[in-house]
Amino acid sequence: MHEMSLCEGVLQVLETEAKKQSFSKVKTVWLEIGNLSSVEPEAMLFSFDVVSRNTLADGAKLNIINIPGNAWCMQCARKVLVKQRYDECPECGSYQLQVTGGDEMRIKELEVE
Amino acid sequence: MCTVCGCGEGESRIEGENHHSHDHEYNHQHSPTSDDNTHHYGHGPAHAHAPGMNQSRMVQIEQDILGKNNEYANTNRSLFASKGILALNLVSSPGSGKTSLLTRTLQDMKDNIPMTVIEGDQETSQDANRIRATGVAAIQINTGKGCHLDAHQVGHAVKHLSPQDASVIMIENVGNLVCPAAFDLGEAYKVAILSITEGEDKPIKYPDMFHAADLLLLNKIDLLPHLDFDVLKCIEYAQRVKPGIQILKVSAKTGEGMSDWYQWIRLAHQTRLIGHYPQKQSTKIVKEAV
Repeated sequence: MHEMSLCEGVLQVLETEAKKQSFSKVKTVWLEIGNLSSVEPEAMLFSFDVVSRNTLADGAKLNIINIPGNAWCMQCARKVLVKQRYDECPECGSYQLQVTGGDEMRIKELEVE
Repeated sequence: MCTVCGCGEGESRIEGENHHSHDHEYNHQHSPTSDDNTHHYGHGPAHAHAPGMNQSRMVQIEQDILGKNNEYANTNRSLFASKGILALNLVSSPGSGKTSLLTRTLQDMKDNIPMTVIEGDQETSQDANRIRATGVAAIQINTGKGCHLDAHQVGHAVKHLSPQDASVIMIENVGNLVCPAAFDLGEAYKVAILSITEGEDKPIKYPDMFHAADLLLLNKIDLLPHLDFDVLKCIEYAQRVKPGIQILKVSAKTGEGMSDWYQWIRLAHQTRLIGHYPQKQSTKIVKEAV
């Protein structure tokens, strides 16, 4: 259930930004969550609902943008798509892969008023 | 979570510390501002003056969700670097023998390298008591409903422990192979402990943790004759998830392989000392020169 702490982290960022950019209500939040980031989007939606109650993001809509997992195959010397960290290279079957993207957890943008 | 300092409100506790003394009041305003019973849309946060204009707007922030934790982790990391401290984050599932491995390590090494321990558990200070029985200073963090340690808790614990320069801090994380993978504590290395009673496929079942780890200790190796654990398969799985992972076979009970682990700690500790000149030593040199 570390999605709960992640949502608390999101809320912290919102509260800091609210002071900096002077807004008082958040209506929509867009998150970029990578496929390899060990985050369960469903749990994230659930936790956000709970965590945001009675805050500036009360009732805000959470949109999750999924980012596919990318890796560099050392054998093929090119970028390939992976679903999990332990996936083999879809081209050559090698496990010599370096994950290059898809493990991000970012707050992309907000709709505020 | 507390918005002033980032701590989990009333959830996590650091032994011997009553940290929470500030208030938590959410004091936000709703637009339009309605002082004196008037609705003035021009005083709204977006300062919109056109009648009927919606005050909602888009804000690009592009920030890491774990940004706050990473800030605390960086603070911890630079503190460790300035003091020449080696910090290790020990991660595993519950029951892998982390605490037994740790107590044995402390008993065997504490006379040569100064060590302190930060213990993370959901509840109780049983583990910290086991550590203190070896004569090593330990502090317990109870995470309450939390499933992992975060960099902020560790920062407070380090302050409380005030470890000496050029020492080793062992951070025993909450027994959990999922969440602690995402939270940087400012450690130099993550050490994953996997006991052979757990099954050789753990590394691919919990790939995030084994991917984040720098060293894998295969513990309870003394039980190998009694189990069907396939060591080679386990190593292969671990290397699939993290091609460069280093793997050591140990038994905290019989002591088999423990000298390799101690050697690994000594080497890691030495690398922390490169470029580190302790305060005391430099003053001594100055005195001698005078």
